[in-house]
Amino acid sequence: MCPSSVLQSNAPQHLIGVVGLEIHAQINSNTKLFSGSSVRFSAPPNSLVSFFDASLPGTLPVLNKRCVEAAVMTGLALNCSINRKSLFDRKHYFYADLPAGYQITQLRRPIAVDGVLNYSLLGGKKRNQVIRKTVCIKQIQLEQDSGKSLHDDVRSQTLIDLNRAGVGLMELVMEPEMSCGEEAAAAVRELQLILQALGTCQGNMSEGQLRVDANVSVHRPGEPLGTRTEVKNINSARYLARAIDYEIQRQIDVLQRGGTVQNETRTYDSKSGETIPMRDKEGLQDYRFMPEPNLPPLIVYEDNASLPTGIEACQAVVVQKIREGLPELPSVKRDRLVQTYGILPEHSFTLVNEDGLVEYFEAVLRATKKEPRKVIGWVTNELLGHLKLHDVSVSQSPISPPALAELLELQETGHISSSVAKQVFQEMWRSSGKTAPQIIQEQDLGLVSDAAQLHSICQKVVDSHPDEVRAQILHSYS
Amino acid sequence: MSVFSFAVTRTFSVSVQNIRPLCKLLNGGHSGTNVQDFLGRRNSSVQTRLFSSRPLNPKVPEFPTWEPVPEDQLPPPAQITADLVDKLERLALVDFRTKQGLECLEKAIRFADQLHVVDTSGVEPMDSVLEDRALFLRDDAVTEGDCAEELLQLAKNTVEEYFVAPPGNIPLPKREERAAMLKHSEL
Repeated sequence: MCPSSVLQSNAPQHLIGVVGLEIHAQINSNTKLFSGSSVRFSAPPNSLVSFFDASLPGTLPVLNKRCVEAAVMTGLALNCSINRKSLFDRKHYFYADLPAGYQITQLRRPIAVDGVLNYSLLGGKKRNQVIRKTVCIKQIQLEQDSGKSLHDDVRSQTLIDLNRAGVGLMELVMEPEMSCGEEAAAAVRELQLILQALGTCQGNMSEGQLRVDANVSVHRPGEPLGTRTEVKNINSARYLARAIDYEIQRQIDVLQRGGTVQNETRTYDSKSGETIPMRDKEGLQDYRFMPEPNLPPLIVYEDNASLPTGIEACQAVVVQKIREGLPELPSVKRDRLVQTYGILPEHSFTLVNEDGLVEYFEAVLRATKKEPRKVIGWVTNELLGHLKLHDVSVSQSPISPPALAELLELQETGHISSSVAKQVFQEMWRSSGKTAPQIIQEQDLGLVSDAAQLHSICQKVVDSHPDEVRAQILHSYS
Repeated sequence: MSVFSFAVTRTFSVSVQNIRPLCKLLNGGHSGTNVQDFLGRRNSSVQTRLFSSRPLNPKVPEFPTWEPVPEDQLPPPAQITADLVDKLERLALVDFRTKQGLECLEKAIRFADQLHVVDTSGVEPMDSVLEDRALFLRDDAVTEGDCAEELLQLAKNTVEEYFVAPPGNIPLPKREERAAMLKHSEL
């Protein structure tokens, strides 16, 4: 657990970490933010590039309505205020994968501000207590993605693919309110679930759809914030926690040795688990922000009543309409599961946290008369345990919901004991395709409850061990 | 030349562009017309451009409506430090460390300083002449792309459908090195 959550009333003030996240979420849309070229993960190099994306002279940006709606939806889901009027700016820097020499972003007045992300951690001694936390979202802004550079150190050149250049991004800036890697990872996981539920971003970190940069510093509680470093190149939620914890510890070590923390950008090396300073970053950049002269202000309307006369429906983004169309968010889903099935909050948390597990759980419930509270343990312990052990997703599980339901029915009706049921589960996992009854019969694991049968078994045992029986009779008479 | 200077005193709005019609006149563009007559005819109460056949747009003021701002109203001149010049050169990738270059920069800043005289309290800054226009929202349908060949033809250096760039940003040489480079080039 994070050191900050441990009460240290009399202990000397320790250095604690301060973490702020900057998250770039690729908008799930058919085309790019300012041009009509396609958005796809893998395609032949430079085949998804329009003249505007390649920054050819004479081209102009044309804003994609879907991207605006996605940003508004995300802002509403994160309890932000949506700015009726937002503005676009240019951020200038030179790099080969940014053909225009500037990125169109929203600095002065972004589309959404002042939101809150509610997330939870499983904590406590047994890691089964749901601890609720919040982090403030400073702003959400629309901006362009850059192209991809492939470094060819052998021939000392960089190969540029502009397929990704111009794709719409939502940059979510969080306040530095977290204190360790675990909190950051949990917050990002919750954000992933929300974005996936909304459909505004597919949230796949390994495919670069969700990129997280962490701003890390350390200080003593009550004192001003320390110098921060930026940690980049984190490709999964797991690495995020490790990278942040490593960086916090590194900074603490530097300060305790009497050194000072440099304000720099560092990259995370997953192999060594360390953060390394990035070369090619010369001190403080001057981005020469200027208003984007080719784009008028972006106006979104609160409701149909506030639409100006004569405006076409396809030209208006109406916040009320988007608010009404919001799907069920993960937090609401968790509460609903607790209400409907009477399961504990921590179980609900685990269910929603794993892709496809809720559907699996509900499918099992449909096929068995067993109470949800008795089924949940099998899903969150046995099934999930095996999935994690073999690094397999729910959709790849060798045991299907009906098969598990069958096993649970047999246990419920007394055909097998609980411990045997667990054994059978393991066997079903190993030899996928075999049903529970098959395994029970093959290995003769069934409980016998027929009185006559039990009697004959006992008789057989007694008959085959005459000496022990005599000794027992003698013992019982003495 | 004398005709030209005469014209300047008689009519106040001779523009540089009218040099060409002047040449035409000298070459006999208006045959049979006396320059004096021509000027006389044009000397009406409505000020017109000397050798243009179209009257001036009424929206263009007849007399200059601005005066240069007196020096005492301007803020103190900006100090341009060597660090600032270095930073500007780095951002713009333009060498202007010569005496001429610095003078030009100072003049430009002084010219822009005139803006400080205007009282803008309570006025929203305008950052685009498009601020009254509605921002057009495009439908999310694929309409372009798929022109890799055309784009790659524009680049001198390509490798298998990728553009080729140097390994990283080539760092600008340090200030002292650049000063040395400039000295050599000024030969």
